[in-house]
Amino acid sequence: MDFFRRKRSAVSAKERLQLVLVHDRTDLTPGQLESLKDDLLKAISRYIEIDPDAVRIELEKDGRAQRLVADIPLKNSSRHRAG
Amino acid sequence: MTAQVITVTSGKGGVGKTTAVANLATALAMDGKRVVCIDGDIGLRNLDVVMGLENRIVYDIVDVIEGRCKLKQAMIRDKHYPEMHLIPAAQTRDKNAVSPSDMIRICKDLRADADFIVIDSPAGIERGFRNAIAAADSVLVVTNPEVSAVRDADRVVGILEAEEKGSPALIINRLNPTLVKNNDMLSAEDVLDLLGIRLIGIVPEDEAVIIGSNRGTPIVTDGKSKAGQAFRNIAKRLQGEDIPFMDLAPQSGLWNAIQRLTGRK
Repeated sequence: MDFFRRKRSAVSAKERLQLVLVHDRTDLTPGQLESLKDDLLKAISRYIEIDPDAVRIELEKDGRAQRLVADIPLKNSSRHRAG
Repeated sequence: MTAQVITVTSGKGGVGKTTAVANLATALAMDGKRVVCIDGDIGLRNLDVVMGLENRIVYDIVDVIEGRCKLKQAMIRDKHYPEMHLIPAAQTRDKNAVSPSDMIRICKDLRADADFIVIDSPAGIERGFRNAIAAADSVLVVTNPEVSAVRDADRVVGILEAEEKGSPALIINRLNPTLVKNNDMLSAEDVLDLLGIRLIGIVPEDEAVIIGSNRGTPIVTDGKSKAGQAFRNIAKRLQGEDIPFMDLAPQSGLWNAIQRLTGRK
């Protein structure tokens, strides 16, 4: 028996499958998703100031449907703070 | 009355499609239904040996399509259930000898005199699979609780949805309750959560399945086999009955030992 196993294998199987299925279903590779994120952030940054490190953009599974979920915290406007 | 056409498919090979077809068809026949099985795996036929009918083949499905025999002549009567028939695949031809419209026509001709037509799809998502689903009223997707089988099942479900074949029902085959309990196998809940389709049955891993196919006798005829019970339950659900799912919790070593001592296992 391997007592030093980090994680039971069924947990790894499920986590890996969740990722693979989302990419299979959307026909979007992890690399393409990364460039999508970059483009999205660039576009938003043209209008408002955001905190790039706090951004979370993920593909999520909802039954058999997929959704692109973005959580993009905005920085407080300096004008507001000054005022 | 007109027959319900059910196609059994999986994407990945070796997950137990042919075994599922032989067992479901036999279970339906045991319930007094008129069943026709069609082996859709042209060039790699196997349903005949799993059902123990390999010595009775004269004509096959390609002979029907190419007009060398009548449909009735290619229907092999089962040894035990006279209301069950098999239309075998051709062994020396390839999948291009059959088209989706051929399958639709054959099923149309069979519908009036059967209650269920069960089609065994080949593995893959190409021509043979397209032929097998062409005439289906409903589709059963067989998978194993294992990464490659689940991934391929998901692809097949996606294609069936895109083809507007409706959402298929899932058979989780070869589940090992002890491995699941130890968290070393995806549970039925995990697989359902990943695939997001309706469950129609969970079949536990059972050595009796191999023994049954060795003999050409599907294990649904074995009253003691848990896998046989699971297939009989699926057959009831196909007939519209509401049958609860079996308890597949692993039995303790002690309980197994007692069962062995008392000859129940």
